[in-house]
Amino acid sequence: MSAVRLLAIGWVLHFKMLSRSSFNSVLGVVYPLFFATVAFFLFREGSPHALLYASLGASVMGIWSATSTAAGGALQRERWHGTLELLVAAPAHFSLVMLPVTLAMSTIGIYSMAATLLWGRLVFGISLHIAHPLLFCLAVPVTIVSIGMCGFLLAVSFVRYRTAWALGNLLEYPVWLICGFLVPLSLFPGWVRPISWLLAPTWGMRAIREAAIGGSALPDIGMCAGLGAAYTLIGVLVVGRLLHSARARATLSLT
Amino acid sequence: MTPVPRAVVEVRDLRRTYRTSTGVFRRRSVEIEAVRGVSFEIGEGELFGLLGPNGAGKTTTIKMLITLLIPTSGTARVLGLDVVKDSREVRKRIGYVFGGERGLYERLSALDNLRYFAELYAVPPREQKPRIEALLELVGLKGREKERVEGYSRGMRQRLHIARGILHDPPVVFLDEPTIGVDPVGARELRATIASLAEAGKTVLLTTHYMFEADSLCDRIAVINKGEIVAEGTPRDLKSIVADKTVVEIETFGIAEETIEKLRNAPGVASISIEERDQAQVLLVQSAKGLELTQTLLAMLEGTTVGRVAAREPTLEDAYVALVDTAA
Ligand SMILES: Nc1ncnc2c1ncn2[C@@H]1O[C@H](COP(=O)(O)OP(=O)(O)OP(=O)(O)O)[C@@H](O)[C@H]1O
Ligand SMILES: [Mg+2]
Repeated sequence: MSAVRLLAIGWVLHFKMLSRSSFNSVLGVVYPLFFATVAFFLFREGSPHALLYASLGASVMGIWSATSTAAGGALQRERWHGTLELLVAAPAHFSLVMLPVTLAMSTIGIYSMAATLLWGRLVFGISLHIAHPLLFCLAVPVTIVSIGMCGFLLAVSFVRYRTAWALGNLLEYPVWLICGFLVPLSLFPGWVRPISWLLAPTWGMRAIREAAIGGSALPDIGMCAGLGAAYTLIGVLVVGRLLHSARARATLSLT
Repeated sequence: MTPVPRAVVEVRDLRRTYRTSTGVFRRRSVEIEAVRGVSFEIGEGELFGLLGPNGAGKTTTIKMLITLLIPTSGTARVLGLDVVKDSREVRKRIGYVFGGERGLYERLSALDNLRYFAELYAVPPREQKPRIEALLELVGLKGREKERVEGYSRGMRQRLHIARGILHDPPVVFLDEPTIGVDPVGARELRATIASLAEAGKTVLLTTHYMFEADSLCDRIAVINKGEIVAEGTPRDLKSIVADKTVVEIETFGIAEETIEKLRNAPGVASISIEERDQAQVLLVQSAKGLELTQTLLAMLEGTTVGRVAAREPTLEDAYVALVDTAA
């Protein structure tokens, strides 16, 4: 019970902080629009179907970017402000502390998702016809939560490695590619596919598209949720060891 | 058999080295021995001061006690619990406050900051509200609690820090330079708050650079220098170190390094420290009582502009200077 409260309050307060950073919000909304625009031009020759494909792809891209780059940045900020030490010094299990932080980040991604879809609608006239609204409304939160859980795994490693925030930025673009946000997975060489399958955003992306065009989204939603849960489990299992090592090597603070 | 009262904090031969690497091309690993075998005990309800110059190892010692750093060797117990093996249990029972700008969520209000930490420390939901109210009252932030911390002054932040540190009513509180950068009036108020913690029966470990602060607050003081404790005792004990000394204050203007060195090595001089005051450098020369050094010193200062000269009784500050200086 108290764990649920901690998750909820942590999420609310970190969401509050993230949405109060005007720089972050503007960047989070405007940045994906550029990519969306490029995507719309690329797909303009195709069917209206292809445009919807691009529009949804660009919108999930925004959620991923918000999380992958922000997870590292936020951890670095916590370290910089000395709050990371306070979080570690608290008796609460560190997973319960960190998970809501990255979930808040992926939730912020909703803004960029909405902005991208609206941009496509207003500027490029892409109609957002959703075949299965209910499944769509399930697929979106599941994707957001799974991406947040993926961010959690990243954040946990950032606690131990002071320079790991760079890794978050490094992961931003490859994941765009191999999770099929803009390019169908079938275009990649065979060895890439197993990697894509291990990434929750791949399934989240598929689920959202399937729900939109009227396919069977449920299995994809299930895969996405399952992988998210697996990331969380791995994070929870390794966090104790990583924290111990961070305390031994004095990487929790800057000095 | 009467039970032996157990120390609340027990530190045994605690050591901590840091490994850092320097150099861009040829990376070399450098070891810094920040704490080299520190031992002390703090009894229940005691206000214990850890005093020392920059880099002495005060923060490192505290961070090992509050479970943020793992000691390289040695042991530390808080309320009988080992800080490495029982870190979670230790964390529940201690509060930690450090000085400076950091350690708060700037984009949140004071109220939200406190709510968050109340949750992290599992303060029961029903107790949170009255507890936060009472603390805001205690640290004088009532009425400003809904404003974002980014607009707070140094003093307000520091008071919020203290409220955050004792939110879960811990029996043991660690305060690392809690008055640093706070104006004199604010610092005095903070000291009153710290004294009230001890009155409420909490065991407090306080670090500071300010001798008078330690003197006015602490029951016992340990002076730490270069990672080692060089003296320990009540403020009165420490003063007795310099009881047989006398201090000559000499105001000089533009004194040369060599002259200071010459004075330092003069016969009868126990230690010298220099305080910068506006244009002047005030030499504080300690020597054994009864030695009339003033004339000798003035003779050695020929060629240097000298202002006011006065001899006085040593203070705790002088004891500190003597300790840190001789250990150098
Ligand atoms: N994370 C770190 N990595 C490497 N060296 C460190 C680290 N933290 C502290 N040190 C070094 O260890 C020594 C002791 O530092 P510490 O912060 O404990 O001193 P302090 O007594 O708190 O000083 P101050 O009064 O300046 O706060 C210093 O030489 C410092 O440079
Ligand atoms: Mg310090």
